[in-house]
Amino acid sequence: MSNIPSDLRYTKSHEWVRREQNGTVAIGISDHAQSALGDLVFVEVPDVGRAVSAGEACAVVESVKAASDVYSPVSGKVIAGNAALAAQPELLNQDPYGAGWLFRVQTNSPADEAGLMSAADYANYLADSAK
Amino acid sequence: MGLKTALYDTHILQGAKIVDFGGWDMPLHYGSQIEEHHAVRRDAGMFDVSHMGVVDLSGDRVRDFLRRVLANDVGRLTIPGKALYSCMLLPGGGVIDDLIVYFISDTRFRVVVNASTRDKDLAWISRHAADFAVTVALQRDLAMIAIQGPNARDKTLPLLAPALRDSARALAPFSGAAFDSWFVARTGYTGEDGFEVMLPAGEAAKTWNALRAQGIQPAGLGARDTLRLEAGMNLYGNDMDEQHHPLESGLAWTVAFEPGGRDFIGRTALEGLRGAAGDRLVGLILEERGVLRSHQKVVVAVTARDGAAVDPAPPPRADATAPSRADATAPRTGEVTSGTFSPTMNRSIALARVPGAAASSVQVEIRGKMHAARIVKPPFVRHGKVLIPV
Repeated sequence: MSNIPSDLRYTKSHEWVRREQNGTVAIGISDHAQSALGDLVFVEVPDVGRAVSAGEACAVVESVKAASDVYSPVSGKVIAGNAALAAQPELLNQDPYGAGWLFRVQTNSPADEAGLMSAADYANYLADSAK
Repeated sequence: MGLKTALYDTHILQGAKIVDFGGWDMPLHYGSQIEEHHAVRRDAGMFDVSHMGVVDLSGDRVRDFLRRVLANDVGRLTIPGKALYSCMLLPGGGVIDDLIVYFISDTRFRVVVNASTRDKDLAWISRHAADFAVTVALQRDLAMIAIQGPNARDKTLPLLAPALRDSARALAPFSGAAFDSWFVARTGYTGEDGFEVMLPAGEAAKTWNALRAQGIQPAGLGARDTLRLEAGMNLYGNDMDEQHHPLESGLAWTVAFEPGGRDFIGRTALEGLRGAAGDRLVGLILEERGVLRSHQKVVVAVTARDGAAVDPAPPPRADATAPSRADATAPRTGEVTSGTFSPTMNRSIALARVPGAAASSVQVEIRGKMHAARIVKPPFVRHGKVLIPV
């Protein structure tokens, strides 16, 4: 079973969102997503300062087999990208909710987060998708 | 639901992630395809390749038949058990399939064809076999396991029947030996030493588990693809197909034009293409971060008559009335046919079809941006060693 931390919110395209104490949000891909992609070998994160809209493709994760877009779940400005992933894309497989985070956004529309799934809803969504 | 090999249930029990391949439900990996890749380069791994078609051909004129239907010449096979790699061509030169043919006896050969092309291969072979009174028999009751890696042979030999073990141990590269319904060949698709073992389907699961107990790592199609690409080996449907002939697919070495009198299907077309300035299949190494993938565009500078590289001209303008530049100096394009990340080189590598005169520095378009890559001569890796400086 894939790991779905209860303190995060999730999208149907398998990103997770964590509200940080400083009011920004961190974004990554779920354990289910990294497992489905397989061994990751290349990660491209958005440039700092880039304005992103909710639903916009702004990062790329590539496994040996295929490239996949990552969509920003929220609107705002990118304030950090995880530079460690350039040399160690496997962090995304090993620790998708921790060291494998992708980028952080200063949101300008907190309502975006309200539309995301809770952990329980995401677990149900995965179960339904597997049927 | 796809076709299943005799080992399907075993793969599920051993944690395989299953994908469709040519209509077959096959293992993609058993956890980590990169670890499986390294196991083959450094020790030993095994692949279920039972989806491939094993076809036995028999008859007094079977050799004449194969000399007609294959672009390589089975006339070169004089020692029983010896194998030959060949394309089977359409009259126009397009590749119907690539295959390995084993010389068993003067009246019997065995051919191993790709899974995705099996039905059309059988139809083509049967159509032409009739003229030579050759009998075509698909061996549905055989499974096939490829055991590959520097320690593959040593780990496999103890599991073979004693009568087969000694002949298998003595096998030269690219040859095989039979015993009962078993056939062991020193062949593969990884660039490493090893065996491909054909055996009765009913014995496949037991044998697979015994091989696993010898410390041989089960490996899926994911690792098989990265291994074959590092080894510079073509994949049918990617690097060659019915729209491309062997001379533009890196397979000129498999076309036996000599002896000149042998009238193989596709010969006339290929003779017309020989020496023409056509496309060629090359290796690529990406000089930057990123991953090369099939169908990405390759922009090349072509070499002028004096041998110097010509800078690519600016991209053609949308204005159709602009005078066209001479072809010799216009930027030309090719295409990546297979691309991946090489676990051994920690770099992205590819096979690509490019204009024959392309200079060695090229640009590949990845998600709308151009990235520098270099044309190299495959293989990239053989017998665990990187052959191309990165």
